[in-house]
Amino acid sequence: MKIKTRAGSVVFENVTKTYGLGAVTAIDNVSFTINPGELVTLLGPSGCGKTTTLRMIAGLEHATKGKILIGGKDVTQLPATDRDVSMVFQSYALFPHMTVLENVAYGLTVTGVAKAEAHEKAEEGLDLVGLAGYGRRLPSELSGGQQQRVAVARALVLEPEVLLLDEPLSNLDAKLRRQVRTEIRELQQKLGLTAVYVTHDQEEALAVSDHIIVMNRAVIAQQGTPRELYEQPASGFIADFIGDANLVGAELVEVEGDMAHIEIGGLRQTLPHRGLGIGPVNVAVRPDAIELSAVNGESGQSSLKGHITHAAYLGNQMQYSVTSDIGDLFVIDPHIDAPIATGDEVRIGFSGRGLAVVPTDE
Amino acid sequence: MNRMLWIWLAIGWIGFVIFPWYQQEYGFWTLEWLFDGYPTYVDYAPAILQATLLEKYWLLPVGLFLLGPLLLARQGRAHPKYAQILIISGLGGLIWMVGQGFAIGISGWSYGWLESLFGPLDMRQYGLGYGALLMAASYLIILCTGLAAAGAMRGDVFVTSAIGTVVALVALFVFFPVARILGSAFVDIDGAVSGAAFARNFFDDSVWGLGCLAGGACGVAWNTAFLAILTAVSTTLLGLAFALVVTRTGFRYKKSLRVLTVLPIITPPFVIGLALILLFGRSGAATQFVSDLLGVEAGRWLYGLPGIWLAQTLSFTPISFLVLIGVVEGVSPSMEEASQTLRAGRWKTFVMVSLPLMRPGLANAFLLAFIESMADFGNPMVLGGNYEVLSTEIFFAIVGAQNDAGRAAVLALVLLFFTLSAFAAQRFWLGRKSYATVSGKAESGAHIGLNPALRRLVYCTAVPWGIFTVAVYGMIFYGSFVTRWGFDNTLTLDNYVDAFGIGWSEHGIVWTGAAWDSFWTTLNISAISAPLTAAVGLTTAYLLVRQNFRGKSAFEFGTMLSFAIPGTVIGVSYILAFNVPPFELTGTGVILVICFIFRNMPVGVRGGIAAMSQLDRSLDEASLTLGANSFTTFRRVILPLLRPAIVAALVYSFVRAITSVSAVIFLVSADHNMATSYIIGLVENGRYGVAIAYCCVLIVVMLAAILAVQGAIGKRKLRREDRIAPDRLTPDRVSPAGENLKEKHS
Repeated sequence: MKIKTRAGSVVFENVTKTYGLGAVTAIDNVSFTINPGELVTLLGPSGCGKTTTLRMIAGLEHATKGKILIGGKDVTQLPATDRDVSMVFQSYALFPHMTVLENVAYGLTVTGVAKAEAHEKAEEGLDLVGLAGYGRRLPSELSGGQQQRVAVARALVLEPEVLLLDEPLSNLDAKLRRQVRTEIRELQQKLGLTAVYVTHDQEEALAVSDHIIVMNRAVIAQQGTPRELYEQPASGFIADFIGDANLVGAELVEVEGDMAHIEIGGLRQTLPHRGLGIGPVNVAVRPDAIELSAVNGESGQSSLKGHITHAAYLGNQMQYSVTSDIGDLFVIDPHIDAPIATGDEVRIGFSGRGLAVVPTDE
Repeated sequence: MNRMLWIWLAIGWIGFVIFPWYQQEYGFWTLEWLFDGYPTYVDYAPAILQATLLEKYWLLPVGLFLLGPLLLARQGRAHPKYAQILIISGLGGLIWMVGQGFAIGISGWSYGWLESLFGPLDMRQYGLGYGALLMAASYLIILCTGLAAAGAMRGDVFVTSAIGTVVALVALFVFFPVARILGSAFVDIDGAVSGAAFARNFFDDSVWGLGCLAGGACGVAWNTAFLAILTAVSTTLLGLAFALVVTRTGFRYKKSLRVLTVLPIITPPFVIGLALILLFGRSGAATQFVSDLLGVEAGRWLYGLPGIWLAQTLSFTPISFLVLIGVVEGVSPSMEEASQTLRAGRWKTFVMVSLPLMRPGLANAFLLAFIESMADFGNPMVLGGNYEVLSTEIFFAIVGAQNDAGRAAVLALVLLFFTLSAFAAQRFWLGRKSYATVSGKAESGAHIGLNPALRRLVYCTAVPWGIFTVAVYGMIFYGSFVTRWGFDNTLTLDNYVDAFGIGWSEHGIVWTGAAWDSFWTTLNISAISAPLTAAVGLTTAYLLVRQNFRGKSAFEFGTMLSFAIPGTVIGVSYILAFNVPPFELTGTGVILVICFIFRNMPVGVRGGIAAMSQLDRSLDEASLTLGANSFTTFRRVILPLLRPAIVAALVYSFVRAITSVSAVIFLVSADHNMATSYIIGLVENGRYGVAIAYCCVLIVVMLAAILAVQGAIGKRKLRREDRIAPDRLTPDRVSPAGENLKEKHS
């Protein structure tokens, strides 16, 4: 493999970005560190500032305040042209008037590499993404997945310190998406690249990332490994954004070591208190952590009851909407053989996993 | 990167040391100066000798400022004061150059107070020449490099220089002349500045008089405004009728109606007027037919308001047609379908939904026609009679017996006020009001048809008018083959022989036709100005679409402004601004080229903006993140993708340069006569046959140019398809289905 890797780190120090003389704040005092060789995902709803963050790493936007370091070097004032990063665009941004090979070689030729050498390296890049022999085509003659790989190859042949990917899969259909994201992840691990990946698809983020930075309203809402984010959401927002969650009001009644006794609508649960004290809290309840049972049956011992307002059959699971004393709940139930009809009264119980205490102030 | 700076610095020094500082008398391209006393002769000496040998000491600082950047020779960008030194050198050099140019003119000091300050000066200066041109360019780039180094445009030298260049050019060739008009309006005949002169000219009865209410003649300002409103109303209504026929009915000859939209582009502006004379003049075909039939005496009704109105309506209806097609098609069919499903009939739907949605578009077409009518020079010139309008009055104030620049300036200001108001209304008032219903989403559904009564109405308006237009154009071609219209209707080629005769002698071809001179000059100057116009226009479009900078909206307004300045005003302002040093351009071909560039630039800008908005921004950004700078990106990514827009801008500015008359007529000279002003001369001498023959030749030339270019664009697309086809057939390529398979397994 001739395409080498010079993985660098990315550091944001109190970076703020405002538009229009401070009228709109896109990024508000954000700090984080991305270690060399990691794939980090910036995740969040649209307008949360994740793309702006990525573009600031690329040098396409410039920080209003704060400091950006790439590979230990301060690049805050450096324009995109002079930064050692490259980017895969959402639209791929392949130059339609150049062949695939010319596209991949572009970055090399404009930075002064001799044409023959650039083309040789571009061929290697195409080989790396499995497109050897496609060099003479125009981008318009490739399928969407192939175009996407050309965009990756074009970014990789420059041997960047950091590879940026801006929603690279959003233009592919659902099945292809799963395949390509696996390929990207494999390539990144094989080459040991530092990669920053922007997406709004939480499943995609969970699947490919070493770390996830979840952003909301111009700040970082939480960062951590996929497992940390799913199992220990720092807030109701995170719990709801990473996988679905029902946010239920509850009372923390007693602390015992790491654990706390929580009362949810008259039911007692023992959960990690995660630093919260006695008083009202919220509990994020995953839809599959709620167990429903018919009221006339004897199995449920729960005193919490509700009504089914809507039931839907999805092949491998049932989805229910339930009204109850603790609010409306969304429930996923794998027992498709014993569906409950709309209007029936049910008892509500919780399984041990899939519950997390989160602070109330949202 | 620094290399560019040194190259430009070298150019500056070359301008200072080698090239003649002052303008050459015998034209821009002549090399006579090289063989006639250079370098010491006062007319040809470079600045460095002018300043030393010839004792024009005030030219020394011009070179002095070029020393500044040399301080940076060793350290380059590392020099702590890099940016400041460049800014001071560039700005200082420019200011000093322009300042000395204005201060010292043909007869020593230009201003009395300078003379009293420094004592009399018995030296004179002419217009700036090659040397000054090179130095000015050099200083401008040095200044922009300095500004970029100080952080402008995030340090991007190319973008900063592009903005600086466009701003400098627009300031010099649009704002400076207009400012000169403003100044001249306040100058008395004997040169003294006085408000009285302005007041006298401005409040003159011939401008604002309301005599027509009492049966006399109105002031020229009211005349012009009245005509403009009439024309705007009639063209908007006719344009709407045409647009409705094309988009909302099953009319069979839609395609031929669309051809109408090409006509105004290739028609010299007074051609319609000429054709109308052939039809309705005293010896016109229709006039004689009617007078024979009814026994009434032929009247002169054509010369005056009715004639101009008719000619302008014929000329500008295609323009509003073109605008309104877009407007009518822009009304989303789903709106109309929604209205119909809500139980509204076709008529109700049209009146309550479609028409209100079109209202901003209609207002836009109205304002465009208003501006066009105001600016029109050719038709009033040919058909005006006693009906005076501003554009022709301005012309006669300058070239007529009065030769009153002050009055011309005041009239030009009045005209400018009208057109700028319409322009401002169009941009700021309409700009916010448009209901853009054309979304990126593909919309299904068809436009509903018109209700029968309305359909009959638009047919009855559009079809006869279309036939009339065709008849008028037919008249032009027929008329060019007639010996003497109305008196001797035998067919002949004499008119063409007069204008474009070619003879043979022992020396070879002899261009015996009288029109050849102006014909070649026109083609020559149009061909020179077209690429320059496209370059300036597309660069400006690039800056507007792709760059963000403070003052961008002012920048945009400035570059589009010349669109709203009537040609006559441009003509007058150029005469006032460029007749004396430091910019002495009248009588040259250069001034014609410059005039065309800045008059046609808005068209290039608009075309460029439209084309560039369709290029996804991520293409530029991809290029930047791949390490290309903005200049490389512009050259290697944007320009190649803009090729169709470039070609269109080239053709359009070429054709517009050929057909333009209003500004040109002030700027032509014996050496550089243009076709249109030559034709006006023919008309004034009553030689209609030759004039029309000349027009026909121009129309054919322009049609050929347009068709050739369209053919070329078409071919380019074909070639691309050709390239795809064999690729697909080569054995190592797999079929699309195979590709999909491969994708799944890789």
